[in-house]
Amino acid sequence: MITVEGVTRRYGDFTAVDDVSFTARTGRVTGFLGPNGAGKSTTMRIMVGLTRATSGTVTISGRRYVDLPNPGLDVGVLLDASAQHAGRTGREILIVAQQYLGLPRRRVDEMLEVVSLTPTEASRRVGNYSLGMRQRLGIATALIGDPEVLILDEPANGLDPAGIRWMRDLLRGYAERGGTVLLSSHLLHEIEVVADDIVMIGNGRIVSQGTKAELLHAAGTVVRAADLNVLQRVLGELGIVTSLSEDGDLRSDADPALIGKAALEAGVALTELRPAHARLEDMFLELTATSQREGAAA
Amino acid sequence: MTAIAVQNVDRRVRVNRRAPLTRVIHVELRKMFNTRSGFWLIASIAISAGLATGGVILWAPDGQLTYSTFATAIRFPVVVILPLIAILAVTSEWSQRAGLTTFTLIPDRSRIITAKAISSVVIAIAAMGLTFAVGALGNLLSAALTGTTLVWDVTLTQCLYYVLGMVLSLLIGFMLGVLIRASTGAIVAYFVLTFVLPTIFGLLADSQQWFQDLRPWVDIQYAQSGLFVFDRALTGEQWTQIVVTGVTWLLAPLAIGLAFVTRAEVK
Repeated sequence: MITVEGVTRRYGDFTAVDDVSFTARTGRVTGFLGPNGAGKSTTMRIMVGLTRATSGTVTISGRRYVDLPNPGLDVGVLLDASAQHAGRTGREILIVAQQYLGLPRRRVDEMLEVVSLTPTEASRRVGNYSLGMRQRLGIATALIGDPEVLILDEPANGLDPAGIRWMRDLLRGYAERGGTVLLSSHLLHEIEVVADDIVMIGNGRIVSQGTKAELLHAAGTVVRAADLNVLQRVLGELGIVTSLSEDGDLRSDADPALIGKAALEAGVALTELRPAHARLEDMFLELTATSQREGAAA
Repeated sequence: MTAIAVQNVDRRVRVNRRAPLTRVIHVELRKMFNTRSGFWLIASIAISAGLATGGVILWAPDGQLTYSTFATAIRFPVVVILPLIAILAVTSEWSQRAGLTTFTLIPDRSRIITAKAISSVVIAIAAMGLTFAVGALGNLLSAALTGTTLVWDVTLTQCLYYVLGMVLSLLIGFMLGVLIRASTGAIVAYFVLTFVLPTIFGLLADSQQWFQDLRPWVDIQYAQSGLFVFDRALTGEQWTQIVVTGVTWLLAPLAIGLAFVTRAEVK
């Protein structure tokens, strides 16, 4: 389990991470979602002690990362697959990790097999690797100590569709065996397909967090009628709670089918009836739009 | 593509404790050899030692074919290459960004730096052993080829001086690597410190009388020059000068560099 409590990181006047708190729970995949430059990578670097937090703490299973005696056995970390010495072979990079951690040499070949790097590929220098191969090597480095917690920054970057599928299955399997997985992405879809819990960050602040079910599917219904007050009263009598939105329509957590049926029985003519956009997607598009100079998206 | 289940390490047999320093040193030594640039740098010590020996046999006057001539000829390429090895051992963690993994696996950065310092010194001593051996071979070979008498004009103590001088040069490089943390910058700084600065100090000493007396206490190269001559022992004053210049040019900046390394963000 990873517990992030009130983590803030300032660079002069700029606040890269602003009072971020969340928990990545055991046996679940937690997606850390946000547009580029939102503070995901800084938060992850703070988690593993590469960057100091201005304030706040991160604990992994109750201990600070830098206090773990041999952290590679407890936490697997992949922050940037390209951050490797270009003149070293893939196999040597794994051997270095294996030796730092004091693991048996056979772990190197096991990991190469897990991430589907062939012996020929492993004996090439990383400078000649594609981004996808570097990601696989990075995953192998993260997994080599058989940790219970995985912290992965944009692990799907550069993977082909088959690779993305492979990664997803691997992370799911890891969580199902009782591991804790935290992975970041700037792509909503990527997080949506693999995460159980979602933490969304924008401009250094957490804007939303919860289970995927809560955030993506509890969006409810938008309904309009010629006379909204009548509709609201009628639905209220049937026990359907609604609220008047700023846009001049009614919002409800109830299913569109139920509301349509209720309106029909009450004899109220509807002018519009549709499922509400997922709140998370709206927020994400809004965040992405503000961080894009063109202001194009959404 | 199929997902292969990740095989677990048997948790019953594994003991989760801090990596001993000997293990970290072992890994750092391996890292000095297992990159293309690192391998060729170390190989170039052997290659240049061989070339320098060959050069002495071919071109040195017969009267100078003594062991000290060989040892001195080999010194120049080695004194250039050894510090580069130490510099790159440190700076590659930043320049190549390998530190992102290194400092994640071993969060105590001072242990990594200590291990790198020790493994650099180990390489320096091994390289010196090699150059002495190559020099000895050259001496034997030249005596056999030219028919001159075999002269062993270097004592063991002088060899140890020599090794100490080399280790100090290497540590200067190491210090610059820690302080600057960028390959090019550290290498340039090393050449300035080793070759440009002594020239400037020399010119200053020639023109200013007051500096001439001060120079051995300020110029680290000048203070250490006694380590590289094979004809006399160092005086107590010369040892003091080595210590004084070593503290100002080596230990003080190294301490500043270490403070930065342990606090700096690794990106």
